[in-house]
Amino acid sequence: MEGDIGLWGVPLAILGGAIRVSTPFIFVSLGETITERSGRINLGLEGTLVFGAMAAYAIAVETGSPWIGVLAAMVAGAGFGLLHGWICSFPKVNDIAVGIALMLFGMGLAFFFGKPYIQPSAPNLPAIPLGDWSSLPQVRAALNVNVLFLVGAALALALWWAFKNTKIGLIVRVVGDSADAARAMGLSPNTVRLFATAAGGALAAIGGAYLSLYYPGSWNERLSSGQGLMAVALVIFARWNPLGCFAAALLFGGAGALGPALQSVGVTQGYYLFYAAPYVLTLIVMIAASSPGRALAGAPGELSITR
Amino acid sequence: MNAQTVPAVGVEAIGMTMRFGGFTALDDVTVKVPAGSFHALLGENGAGKSTLVKCMMGFYTPTSGDMVVNGREAVIASPKDAGALGLGMVYQHFTLVPSLTGEENLVISRENAPAVIDWGKERRDLKSFMERMPFKIPLEQPVSALAAGEKQKLEIVKQLYLGRRFLVLDEPTSVLTPGEAEEMLGLVRGMTRRGELTVLMISHKFHEVTAFADDVSVLRKGKLTGRGRVANLDRRKMAAMMIGDQAIAALDQRAPTPADAVSVLEVNAVKAKDRSGLKSIEIDGLKVKAGEIVGVAGVSGNGQKEFLEVLAGQRAREAGEIRVKNASYEATREQSRKLNVRFIPEEPLRNACAPKMTVAENIAFRTFDLDKDGKPASWISARAIRDYATSLIAQFKVKTASLSSPIQSLSGGNVQRAVLARELSGAVDLLIVSNPCFGLDFAAVAEIRARIMKARNGGAAVLLMSEDLDELLELSDRILVMSDGQLVYETPIAQADLHVIGEHMAGKH
Ligand SMILES: Nc1ncnc2c1ncn2[C@@H]1O[C@H](COP(=O)(O)OP(=O)(O)OP(=O)(O)O)[C@@H](O)[C@H]1O
Ligand SMILES: [Mg+2]
Repeated sequence: MEGDIGLWGVPLAILGGAIRVSTPFIFVSLGETITERSGRINLGLEGTLVFGAMAAYAIAVETGSPWIGVLAAMVAGAGFGLLHGWICSFPKVNDIAVGIALMLFGMGLAFFFGKPYIQPSAPNLPAIPLGDWSSLPQVRAALNVNVLFLVGAALALALWWAFKNTKIGLIVRVVGDSADAARAMGLSPNTVRLFATAAGGALAAIGGAYLSLYYPGSWNERLSSGQGLMAVALVIFARWNPLGCFAAALLFGGAGALGPALQSVGVTQGYYLFYAAPYVLTLIVMIAASSPGRALAGAPGELSITR
Repeated sequence: MNAQTVPAVGVEAIGMTMRFGGFTALDDVTVKVPAGSFHALLGENGAGKSTLVKCMMGFYTPTSGDMVVNGREAVIASPKDAGALGLGMVYQHFTLVPSLTGEENLVISRENAPAVIDWGKERRDLKSFMERMPFKIPLEQPVSALAAGEKQKLEIVKQLYLGRRFLVLDEPTSVLTPGEAEEMLGLVRGMTRRGELTVLMISHKFHEVTAFADDVSVLRKGKLTGRGRVANLDRRKMAAMMIGDQAIAALDQRAPTPADAVSVLEVNAVKAKDRSGLKSIEIDGLKVKAGEIVGVAGVSGNGQKEFLEVLAGQRAREAGEIRVKNASYEATREQSRKLNVRFIPEEPLRNACAPKMTVAENIAFRTFDLDKDGKPASWISARAIRDYATSLIAQFKVKTASLSSPIQSLSGGNVQRAVLARELSGAVDLLIVSNPCFGLDFAAVAEIRARIMKARNGGAAVLLMSEDLDELLELSDRILVMSDGQLVYETPIAQADLHVIGEHMAGKH
């Protein structure tokens, strides 16, 4: 009976899938949380993610170190963030429009520079086998956790703490909630937002690096399936709370693993419907959590979608 | 941060001039406020009071003019510079960050806030600081959950916490109850007496000026028109400095309501959730007849705002019916046009205007899509909008730099006038008004009350919600009291007793 655990395989596969699939969502949504908490929306993170994936892969191929690849992705992502923040600092520029333009720009640029790297293979990011205590291969597979997932979890906790307990965290919230109040305090909203967007870009690019350097673990033009965009929805779903982002990303990852998991235990019909589970789930939660009589609780007051 | 050791700061603004484009909002104004004095700044709406103090605080860069702080010339290019010199301001609108708690607001506003905040220590410090303040404010709640009065106190506490020793208060009591106002100004007055603080207060209330201020300066149309010791001036003299020899609008005689007057507004068993979503408001059997003013009294936050929103169609009702002239009323544009229903909500800039659109466009909101015969127009004429706005601006004396200024650039009182102009023009059968005189100078108050009375005498049914009991007693035919989301008491004006009304407002019954 070694290895055959029957229907128990489904929750295990979902857990493993949640951990594996959620990592890019965690990073992009945490990045977007920082940006949105400062009062800007950066819809360009999808482009940043794809460019980050390409940059990480290319640098990892060239240097042989996946970590230098991640670092390169962060630099590139911060660059995209700075560009977004800088353009938005001009009067009468709409952050959403700029974001969409930068999304297409980032993807186009990534495809252009990424052509030569579709063939070569890069060293992967390491994973920690947390499931070694078990003799079941399914458990080992599910608990083979990438380092970046743990970093993401720690980062969510750190951000949640920092928004309450550090000067920088409070300043970001002040700027995001009331630009007037920020100016009265002598803060420059544009500067704070510039750096918040850069930080958001850097984090989103780590999400991309994870895609190309771990799971699925190769670079091609169809690498991202909209993670960068879905993560923006996750942020709203998580009410701009970093811990909420982490939970939402896990939930989303788990729902995404539902289809493959059912398939693996021998369900042959209709499992493909479950591939749509994450999207359906998001819609359901969004509708359930909304109310016509109440403003979006927790939304930063300066966001162009809530103002 | 030590209230005892740092002495008050004296400030002089010399020859301040401020132009917005071609419009001179401030013309060579000099105001001297010696250390430890309490100085009042008077003037009609749009006189330039807020502009003057914003120039002093570095929020605006004046076209010309100098600042002298403690006898020395000072360069104040930003509010930060002003803060470094010990100058602070409580703005007419709140500058607290709504989603942050009181504690967070205080600590982060400090110049030397630590990179990592030790909340244990900060809370202890705040506690001992608050012990020296007579205000009790729940500091651990988000500011958005505080009542207006609490926010105002927190604004003042914040300035004192930051060690500011010259404080500008821009209409600090407009959101406070008389008791709260008295208490707050008394404290501030005490601090000036002890030489710990200097105050420059903008106010429209003469009784506050007489009771608390040492000196007064008066602005009119951007010019300094008078100054002196409050002790040597009376209300009449101050009023004359403010408005010159302009006549004050007199209230029309109250025409008797015809015995057979039909009820225009009927509210039957209406239920709706309040702002928090936890409590509900229930209004039943409210009738307002043509040619009468029904006043609704109540301490703010007892559901008046929600009731108004239900009437205006801004808040969904869960049950019940609203009827206007015997037709079910759902607050659509078409219905309100057909039934001649008009609204003047509180905070008109937020609730009745598109702040970034022009004054002319805002004034034309009710009529822009109609042609001369009142039929839907297929082509909207910018000229018609401008002509219409021009005549109403003249009629209602709205002071604006131009027709195409965004309405948010108008002074608070003038936004109010612009909305009144829009809502009181044309045939009005039902007028629903909330706190119409909030933040207006005395001449404007008299004028607006006169216009409401005129509308009533002209046969309009008026529902007037107000936190100002004097206003209700002056205007209403009947007074209702709203408490805890319900109408709990009704009295005809002839039998109205302030004490009984007050007790019902406080929920003692
Ligand atoms: N940013 C601006 N741009 C253009 N005009 C302005 C601006 N700020 C103020 N004004 C104009 O300057 C004049 C003075 O405005 P201010 O706000 O100083 O009046 P105020 O005396 O404070 O009136 P209130 O009692 O109603 O508050 C007004 O006519 C106003 O329209
Ligand atoms: Mg003002």
